[in-house]
Amino acid sequence: MKQEVLLGDEAVALGAIHAGLTGGYSYPGTPASEIMEYLVRASAKEKSFVASWSVNEKVAYEEALGVSYAGKRALVSMKHVGLNVAADPFMNSAITGANGGLVVIVADDPGMHSSQNEQDSRFYAEFAKIFCFEPSNHQEAYDMTRDAFDLSEHLGVPVMVRMVTRLSHSRSRVQPRSPREQNTLHFGKDTDWTLLPVHARRRFKHLVDKQKDLIMVSNRSEFNSLRINPKNTTLGIIASGIAANYVIENYIEGQEYPSFLKVTTYPIPEELVKGLVDHVDTALIVEDGYPFIEKNISGVFGIDGKNIFGKLTGHLPSTGELSPEIVRQGLGLEALPKRGIADFPLAARPPQLCQGCSHADTYRALNEALESYPESNVFSDIGCYTLGALPPYNAIQSCVCMGASVSMAKGGAEAGVYPSIAVIGDSTFAHSGLTPLLAAVAANTNMTVFILDNSTVAMTGGQPTFLSGEKLVKVIEGMGIAKEHIRSILPLPKNHDENIHIIKQELTYKGLSVVISARECVQQARKKKRSRT
Amino acid sequence: MKQDIILAGVGGQGILSIAFVIDNAALKQGFNFKQAEVHGMAQRGGAVQSHLRISDKPVFSDLIPKGVADMILSVEPMECLRYLDFLSPEGIVITSRSPFVNIPDYPDIEKVMDAIQTVANRVIVDSDKQAKEAGSPKSQNMVMLGAASPHLILEETNLTEFIRILFAPRGDKMVEMNLKAFDLGRTAAIKC
Repeated sequence: MKQEVLLGDEAVALGAIHAGLTGGYSYPGTPASEIMEYLVRASAKEKSFVASWSVNEKVAYEEALGVSYAGKRALVSMKHVGLNVAADPFMNSAITGANGGLVVIVADDPGMHSSQNEQDSRFYAEFAKIFCFEPSNHQEAYDMTRDAFDLSEHLGVPVMVRMVTRLSHSRSRVQPRSPREQNTLHFGKDTDWTLLPVHARRRFKHLVDKQKDLIMVSNRSEFNSLRINPKNTTLGIIASGIAANYVIENYIEGQEYPSFLKVTTYPIPEELVKGLVDHVDTALIVEDGYPFIEKNISGVFGIDGKNIFGKLTGHLPSTGELSPEIVRQGLGLEALPKRGIADFPLAARPPQLCQGCSHADTYRALNEALESYPESNVFSDIGCYTLGALPPYNAIQSCVCMGASVSMAKGGAEAGVYPSIAVIGDSTFAHSGLTPLLAAVAANTNMTVFILDNSTVAMTGGQPTFLSGEKLVKVIEGMGIAKEHIRSILPLPKNHDENIHIIKQELTYKGLSVVISARECVQQARKKKRSRT
Repeated sequence: MKQDIILAGVGGQGILSIAFVIDNAALKQGFNFKQAEVHGMAQRGGAVQSHLRISDKPVFSDLIPKGVADMILSVEPMECLRYLDFLSPEGIVITSRSPFVNIPDYPDIEKVMDAIQTVANRVIVDSDKQAKEAGSPKSQNMVMLGAASPHLILEETNLTEFIRILFAPRGDKMVEMNLKAFDLGRTAAIKC
């Protein structure tokens, strides 16, 4: 087959299609969005499999689980914090096991390029006791995803592929292999999939018993490589995923090479690790993310007579993303000569709301309406409107996780915050804002919820939203909020005074109000216009 | 043979379009390459950069190590300064002199230009002027690609082939404007 130029995310998607995928599900989130973007485009062309954006990651996971139950191959993809949302079905799917191959792609974000934390999904794989791949390049992203389906069916467990931002959003050549057919329909065994305690106890023991098989597969995986340098017993390096590239980058051809183990599979390939550590006095562990391998090797007491160096010992930084020069320093090599930036005072150029963005008009009106309330608090959420935290708006005081604006505003109001305000986008509201709003309705909490309806998932590139426009209004009405306190505003500069007036009315109301501020995302409007011409 | 390039600019200036053309020209010439780009939050009017590595040997790191880049290609003058520590001591800076001011504290442009003058190898192009001359103020990215083209290890015809492919879906007029922008940038750079 012809070579293709693909993003790491796209290599994963193509690997899944060629493995005989029946259903792919996801919720948008950087750096994972491009996996489903690719699947959606391919599915529209080939019409042989389902590729669907879901309302949230938990739903996506369960949809994939349904496909697996039916004996067919399923993929679910998400960003790292999305797995927190999907953690319930994720953990339990290790107990039910996979019938058709079930592959979970999780894209971590070391360095927090577009995230609120840099949690390392390998801990989730270990927690659930499932197998995990960590590709180091595009070809491996393709090959491992394909193999993940086979392995999932062979071991009868879901298999994770851990991506990181740098690989997800890097482009390179991939050599694909011939695609294969999808599975036929064959149901899972009901006693395995019905997790009553009586079945779950048996299934959990089965999972625990299977661990030795997982370790054996990891030890023998062709994707790991151990190169022992018999002449060098001083230093050995264990590097996982893309961190291995940073190590190789720093050793030029022909140079004296320390012994080197590249790890790309979990559970940790124990035999290979032992092979390296036995040979050297000092092992440096290089991983992008948390010190997962390092901690597993050194444990509480360390290893007698050996130095295990890495993030825990301060030989590499414990936070942020690795880079070739950080790893170089960790390896104790001399820094490369480089130009200084001199002492030029660069101005920062942070991301900002687009020219003409509806959120800007909403925030201007909200800020002005709140001028007479020095004790107010605006709990915000995750989306473009989080940029309202930055100047010139300085309009929000929190952003924690999907949907938290509504629940935090309720908690805040109950603690005495007035006015207590939530600001949430239409897609985030559908994802995780509906349930906390139901609780606020039941309590008739004295708070005002702003739903910023721009009819798209804007920050991640304009994916479809489930709850927008008239449908959104109807759902809000159906939840039992007093009709006169469901207000709609059109966020435009010409409506500024009128919008302030409406907002002020709802702030003074002692109970729950919802203000829907609706105007289409300017980027999406532009895209639509372009595709029409 | 290898070339490590930092592409720089502001979200919305079309950095990824430059990358698309270079990637595909590199592929056509049988080079290995990796190109790390920025998506998501940072794209919204913020500083964006892309690491582009072309080599006849395998490319390992997706990121260019500091001190190793052969070229900084920037569609915005201050943005090229942001990545100067990636440039090798012999590296070249190819930058626009047209500032993109979307922040209140943008430094004095004369001081920005003075700082760029400290780099021995440099090509400075008035991309705003050339893009307007080409008929589209948005084609500054292709002006800068044209300005870089004499210094790339890629054939000019391969670059223009993928400019055609990139803009073809948006009509012949768009293709012609962008090719003209490329040509004007290339001519301006050769004169430098």
